Amino acid sequence: MGVNPEIVGKIYTDAPVYEVGREKIREFAQAIRSTDPVHTDPEAARALGYPDVVAPPTFAIVIAQRCEGLVMTDPDAGIDYSRLVHGEQRFTHHRPIVAGDRLTSVAHVDDARLMAGNGRVITRVEITDAAGEPVTTAVSMVLIRAEEA
Amino acid sequence: MSVKFDDISVGEELPPADVTVTRADLIRYAGASGDFNVIHWNERVATSVGLPGVIAHGMYTMALGGQYVSEWAGDAGAVVEYGTRFTNLVPVPDDEAGATITYSGKITKTDEAARTVTLTLTALHGGQKVLGKAIAVVRLP
Repeated sequence: MGVNPEIVGKIYTDAPVYEVGREKIREFAQAIRSTDPVHTDPEAARALGYPDVVAPPTFAIVIAQRCEGLVMTDPDAGIDYSRLVHGEQRFTHHRPIVAGDRLTSVAHVDDARLMAGNGRVITRVEITDAAGEPVTTAVSMVLIRAEEA
Repeated sequence: MSVKFDDISVGEELPPADVTVTRADLIRYAGASGDFNVIHWNERVATSVGLPGVIAHGMYTMALGGQYVSEWAGDAGAVVEYGTRFTNLVPVPDDEAGATITYSGKITKTDEAARTVTLTLTALHGGQKVLGKAIAVVRLP
């Protein structure tokens, strides 16, 4: 079985607060080959009007995937993690993520269905800051490959 | 470099860029992102589940595309929307040469009121599209 369609609409609020650190942003920026000081030098970031170093556009995946893990490992979902394939990913940044942010993430299962034996799950993770203001919406689509006959 | 909204028009193309990805890059990205899925670093496990070998994280190919857009915009905080489908695998051989992905982009829309431009990105590896419907919306000064 790919996924239990009854998890549609389920909300997962147990992800711990994620504290965005300068060194984590630096590490991520280096991994994606960025040499832009906006990721590593607080002064350079402030010169552009940011309160601290800025995370690259896909950094939110670090936070979103931790939260999504709650869905993927939920016994109710019935998902075999080893058969998971990432199909789509989308980020909407309501504002850039910066070092010092304390981010809360909540996962919403927007869709879960079986298609020709494969499972397909759309999860939306809403990331908000300490003031409760929206920061990033991360939507993923994953496929759970059917077992070979 | 920083591009200005008023200097951009629909149909404009970004200069293409080649990015080489080696096994060491995948391991570095695994550590940075926290995605330690074995298929991205272990040949034995990757081939045992029917893959051609160790493959790049889809999210890594997406992140490199985001970097390509950020570099063009001159401001990594300017990317307000970025989405893609993962359409083809990028096998990364166990050698110094690695795998090469060619990124290119085209302006497909401009929004005067929001001061945003929409880019359609292409990422090619071995003639195949790695990213599908890859679209980024960037706010420009």
